[in-house]
Amino acid sequence: MLFLFWTDVLIFLLVGMVLIFVLYARRREHLRAPWREVGRSGVAMGSLVVLVFYVAIGLLDSIHFRPALSPNEDNGQVKYANEIVSVFDWLVTPLKIREEKTYSAPFAAFLYTKETVELPDGRQRRQFPRLKYGASHLTDPETEKTTDIVTTGMLAAVKGLLVWGVLCTVVIAALGKWKHQALRSVLGQMRAGQTTVRWRSMLYTLGVLVVLSFVAADLSMKYHILGTDKVGENVFYQALKSIRTGLVIGTLTTLIMLPFAVLLGLMAGYFRGWVDDVIQYLYTTLSSIPGVLLIAAAVLILQVYLDNHADEFSSVSERADLRLLFLCLILGVTSWTSLCRYLRGETLKLREVDYIQAATALGVRHFTILTRHILPNVMHIVLITVVLDFSALVLAEAVLSYVQIGVDPTMNSWGNMINSARLEMAREPIVWWSLFSAFIFMFSLVLAANLFSDALRDAFDPRLRQQR
Amino acid sequence: MIAYIVRRLLYAMPILIGVNLLTFVLFFVVNTPDDIARSQLGDRRVTVQAIDTWKRSHGYHKPMIYNGNAQGFGKLTDTVFFQKSLRLFAFDFGRSDSGRDIGYDIGQRMWPSLAIAVPTLVVGILVNITFGLLIAFFRGTYIDFWGVVTCVILLSVSSLFYIIGGQYLLSKLFHLVPISGYDTGVNAFKFLLLPVVVGVVSGIGSGTRWYRTLFLEEIGKDYVRTARAKGLSEQRVLFRHVLRNALIPLLTGIVVVLPLLFMGSLIVESFFGVPGLGSYTIDGIQRQDFAIVRSMVFLGSVLYIIGLLLTDISYTLVDPRVRLQ
Repeated sequence: MLFLFWTDVLIFLLVGMVLIFVLYARRREHLRAPWREVGRSGVAMGSLVVLVFYVAIGLLDSIHFRPALSPNEDNGQVKYANEIVSVFDWLVTPLKIREEKTYSAPFAAFLYTKETVELPDGRQRRQFPRLKYGASHLTDPETEKTTDIVTTGMLAAVKGLLVWGVLCTVVIAALGKWKHQALRSVLGQMRAGQTTVRWRSMLYTLGVLVVLSFVAADLSMKYHILGTDKVGENVFYQALKSIRTGLVIGTLTTLIMLPFAVLLGLMAGYFRGWVDDVIQYLYTTLSSIPGVLLIAAAVLILQVYLDNHADEFSSVSERADLRLLFLCLILGVTSWTSLCRYLRGETLKLREVDYIQAATALGVRHFTILTRHILPNVMHIVLITVVLDFSALVLAEAVLSYVQIGVDPTMNSWGNMINSARLEMAREPIVWWSLFSAFIFMFSLVLAANLFSDALRDAFDPRLRQQR
Repeated sequence: MIAYIVRRLLYAMPILIGVNLLTFVLFFVVNTPDDIARSQLGDRRVTVQAIDTWKRSHGYHKPMIYNGNAQGFGKLTDTVFFQKSLRLFAFDFGRSDSGRDIGYDIGQRMWPSLAIAVPTLVVGILVNITFGLLIAFFRGTYIDFWGVVTCVILLSVSSLFYIIGGQYLLSKLFHLVPISGYDTGVNAFKFLLLPVVVGVVSGIGSGTRWYRTLFLEEIGKDYVRTARAKGLSEQRVLFRHVLRNALIPLLTGIVVVLPLLFMGSLIVESFFGVPGLGSYTIDGIQRQDFAIVRSMVFLGSVLYIIGLLLTDISYTLVDPRVRLQ
């Protein structure tokens, strides 16, 4: 039975909006030109592939449903489980259900802590017990493990390369068909990096990702490739689940704040007078409150509300989702001010431009002037801000979760992973894998977003374009 | 000048009142004192008497904005809004929900915060300017390219990892400095070293990139070309001409954060166990002590507004073309 959270609905709304924008921009040359420039940048296109990979996982993780239990014998009615899972959960079920007792290192065959084990002859000994699932197919892990990991990994890599080869062929064939060129010449241009869109770097990045996912998937069937956490949950699974949280915070926050920032910014700049005064007062007041404190205050208040109205939510995940949405909302409230100020300044400049004056003289209505003449001319600012904000918001989530004013503690997020792992830093040997996984996943997402946004800014900012 | 400052201070009043109203609405209207009491007392089934006692002992039992029962001015002053919110204007922070004097605590905890924030800012700016100038000097070469790439990589790492990494490397692996803690006087030095180093390193990525853009923008201007045409050496052009002029936009970025240094850094302080205002705020948040959070919100906004004012004044000092009216 399909079950959508509030954030799921908003995410798909956002995807729809992006699609509409793509269709709209396709036919307009002035909108396509900067995108073509982005397409010419190899780094940007490589980053784009990484971002799309993350988004795909995030989207799979955003279709939630309640799985059907086996039908009742008596009346044949289908009952649904109380637990809400996503399509992604369903795909990686082996990762999710194979839980150990407590910590275990990546690729370990033994538990992190010693336990009292009863030997066959009745004596008791303190030793590291074997894991229930990790490397459980090996009889003597010490000698066999390395070979097993290498062979499994190699096999998976070969499989990945094959799949990648098929994908490349499909792309090249499609390009050849589209451009009416021979496959050989398409391949030659691509390898020389002469295509208008940098397919070379895209396909290489895709290759790395495909091979990595195959290796990770195959090894995960036998080992806990990134270890397990305190309650024995697979860390790799947690890191993958955190992708959705990071993406939701990075994108929905902007989606929420955008209408306010654009509307108020344009109005302040265009109408001036008392409208300007009021809007300026509004954003100066909001921006003078330190962001973290405002978020803290708001989340504290939400917490009190949730504590007092605990009965209204049917499940923990529903409550966690509401908290996530609220966090996006409050992050939006604290972050719209700078964009609004920027748009106001830009509109102040634009309204004195000749074509706006002409439109005013011809008696065009204010609303039409704003939407037809001013809005398209500030869209590049909006776009650049949205993309630049994304990585900052993903990073902010980790910090906020650390201060315990971030997402719900029951929700998978990189911040929560870091927060719980931090307390184990003092242990010997050190429990490093949770931190490491959160670091790798966050870093690759943020780095890709940063590289992509740099290219985007270079392509869209008219001031930077003039310099070249 | 003085007239300008006075006018700006007067402008600040409505903003502060707005902040005050906003926090009041957030803290007392969205969540009534009953809700706060209930969550403080920890049980959803507490008796009405217990809530009343808690409210009475923390001064939340009065009417919200208008007290019909009181006499004269008491109708306005004997209310939660006046007692809890308006008194902040006189920097009278009152008592925290756990009974401590907030004003005294702030006065005590300000110094450790400054001891970390000021060196971090100063060293950070020097390091960033050095790197920024270096990259600008080698612009268009491989050093420039890899410098920018390194910056992007550095700024893609969450600040939490800088702290954890610093603690692990310097304290746990090499045993150079204590992991966390604080001491008074000269002894504080060894505790301050790690937070300052971490603070500086974590700021290098964004800082260097920002300064590089500033310098490159300045290098493209006409007066620099003139200086070069006169035959000045590249070093002289960079240090005497570009650096001085680039300092103007640089200054605005720095001056506005100066007052906020008092507030300290939330994360650094709580990670390193420094008893500053940052960790004070975090403690307040985690104990759900509304009085502390409210005071810090107000203090933060006051300092921010002071920062804006200082920025404008500093403009006139460094750039004679700007005149304040």
